[in-house]
Amino acid sequence: MRGYAGKFLDIDLSTGEITKTTFNENLLKSFIGGRGLAAKILWDRLGEKWETVDPFAPANVLTILTGPLTGFFPGARVCVSGKSPQSNGMVGSTVGGEFGVELKCAGYDGVIVTGKASKPCYITIFEDQISIKDANHVWGKDGKQTLKILTKEGRKELKANFTEYGELKEPQVLYIGPAGENQTRIAAVMEKWTHAAGYGGYGGVMGSKNLKAIVTKGLGPLPEVEDIEKVRELIKQADKKCFKSHSFRRWGTGAAGYTVGAKTSSEPVRNWQDEWHDERGFAVDKFEQRLWVKRYWADYGCPTSCLKIAMPKTGEFKGCITDNPDYELQAYLGPNLGIFTPEDNVYLSSLIDDLGFCGIQGGNTLAFAAELYQRGVVGKEDLDGIQLEWGNTKAFGELARKIAKREGLGALFAEGSYRAAMELGKKKGMNLTQYAVAEKGMAIGAHGLRSGRDFPDIMAYACNVQAGDHTSLPSTPTELENSEFNTILDDSGVYCSFNTFSTGIDLIWDFFSAVTGWQELRQNWYETNALRILQMQRVMLLLGGPDLKWKANVDDDNPPRFYEPLPMGPYKGKAVNRELFEEQKQEYYEAMGWDKNGLPKPEILRKLGLDDVESKLKHAGIL
Amino acid sequence: MRSRKRIWIARDFLKCSGCRKCEIACSLHHEKRIWPEASRVRVFMLVPGAEVPHLCVQCEDYPCVKSCPTGALSINQKTGAVLVDDEKCTACGVCISSCPGRVPHLHPVKKTILICDLCEGRPQCVKVCQEGNWDALETTTRSSWQVYKIHARTPEEITREVVRNLYGEAGEGMI
Repeated sequence: MRGYAGKFLDIDLSTGEITKTTFNENLLKSFIGGRGLAAKILWDRLGEKWETVDPFAPANVLTILTGPLTGFFPGARVCVSGKSPQSNGMVGSTVGGEFGVELKCAGYDGVIVTGKASKPCYITIFEDQISIKDANHVWGKDGKQTLKILTKEGRKELKANFTEYGELKEPQVLYIGPAGENQTRIAAVMEKWTHAAGYGGYGGVMGSKNLKAIVTKGLGPLPEVEDIEKVRELIKQADKKCFKSHSFRRWGTGAAGYTVGAKTSSEPVRNWQDEWHDERGFAVDKFEQRLWVKRYWADYGCPTSCLKIAMPKTGEFKGCITDNPDYELQAYLGPNLGIFTPEDNVYLSSLIDDLGFCGIQGGNTLAFAAELYQRGVVGKEDLDGIQLEWGNTKAFGELARKIAKREGLGALFAEGSYRAAMELGKKKGMNLTQYAVAEKGMAIGAHGLRSGRDFPDIMAYACNVQAGDHTSLPSTPTELENSEFNTILDDSGVYCSFNTFSTGIDLIWDFFSAVTGWQELRQNWYETNALRILQMQRVMLLLGGPDLKWKANVDDDNPPRFYEPLPMGPYKGKAVNRELFEEQKQEYYEAMGWDKNGLPKPEILRKLGLDDVESKLKHAGIL
Repeated sequence: MRSRKRIWIARDFLKCSGCRKCEIACSLHHEKRIWPEASRVRVFMLVPGAEVPHLCVQCEDYPCVKSCPTGALSINQKTGAVLVDDEKCTACGVCISSCPGRVPHLHPVKKTILICDLCEGRPQCVKVCQEGNWDALETTTRSSWQVYKIHARTPEEITREVVRNLYGEAGEGMI
């Protein structure tokens, strides 16, 4: 098989057993890798008992998978998955960096982790030398410390065991911070200080397995491909196209922190009570001119370098380091908390990274807490004296620390905005879910739907098999560029979907042919294979459990806030139109082969060879 | 003097994006594979943001060539690059320890030493870096006045300096 290392590591942390697994060619042709393959692995291993599996129990399966295009298509990533503690479904959550490339060079396409270690541990994968090591000394350490210590230790071991090679490059590290260790539902799996597989909450899943990190180093090449000359030529073509994207290269997504608020009125402001701001002091030129210490920062093979490194050199937040921040963190840890100062935004982004939170989930939860404070539902006496007023940067920092440690009310907010709203609302006899801007237990991306100027589809979150994920959005027709089926492709081939904005879909398929040699992939993708992956994700989401289950149709809805009219700005008064939403939703249901209640029709499941999925749905009383 | 026309690959670490396209270009050129550890230029990332492209600087006194016990290393008279004779190299590692920057490293499969050969005067790594306008790598003309050996430093040594420049006090103790 071309493009694949050919084997996967299966590691049971309960027994310490490490085995090498393979998947046959036909299976990989259907599911490719990353998100697609994760759906298959999770369904095969957990499907039958899905609704009873606690995502934080040893039974959960954590997958860390590359794809055949990882390292070849510009911008390498790795896809993390498992049963999600946020949606209780399955989310393909990718993170950029060199980890996936290193893993493939070590000879593995992915790592599947099951069970739970008896004490904190980390896994090292150095070629054929694989071991589970004690992580007591890094447990509790923040992201920067963890990476520093494990990089050093890895280099030491490599020097000792691979002495004759001279200086080998550093190993790559996938790790969690305290937020993951303490099993908050809003923790990310981290890489390179600032890179996060955020959606899904897999940082907490790693924590529940007592797994602090995976460290890997390979000496080999990337796997053999079908036509290396063609791959070389395609890389050149992709680069050329990406180089032309001036705005993206220069400012990354950071230019949106002002624009999405001022122009399209779709940026979260004070927990989405508004989506408009016109704070020029928060525009990207201020970040660029005052804070960027590195202008172009990139992950493996990336021509775009949409990342930038920011650090205040003076003032009270001097020395706090983060990237960019990108649009999502600018918005969620800026205007959404009533913060409009770049330095404060960098401080919070840096802290959120260090603690190992997903920036979106973390910022969404902090803002939810602040709205409760604004409305007097919680007071400073409930928060150990923290005055959680809009714009009070340090107060948000303090609360973030409490959440990471599950300290005091931090334990409540560690459940994420939706579950915290349910729990506290129940206790107080109030409807608090109206303030939780989440989709099926997961905070949504920082793109509002009310103005109608940002995302074209108002069912984009409601019908999403990845819940609130703004990077993989339902849309029809499915063969369009940047449609959901193409995003499933990106997450399964495992490379950066941002670079695909520049390259276009034809070039991606050329890469698939030149790397795998499988010419039939494209023709089987849209009507069969991508659709099958989507159905499997939908079914796992609908099975849900054990703490929360989603009713198709009923829970396929927008956060309540999107039905409130925008209070200010050029789109004042606009809200999501319910009738239009229902119409769009039904259209999408039909296109996916779902009935009017949003349930996959038996015909479509049978056509895709998902007979076992159908019987499971019947057994669970859903069909 | 012949050396005047020789080229040298200058590095600006602050401009390096860490995209590793230099590694990709180098290994595709020499190995027909994408192969990070078989690349003659390798980007070390001991601290995120402080990416260090690490490669041979052609020291004036060529300690690696001098120290090679089997005569496997020689100097390309045209470019000044160190050439490796795979037949003679025994992978003893003496050149690694004699290099002030510990630049030479072993080909993971062939088990012979890898050292930048300057691509006969047209370095592929520089080409790709320039195409992307990063300019972290640049082909310059070697000056007879400069001492290029001072640039042969270990990844740790270079990272320590770059981190200080990038992160100031915050960079202390990062490595």
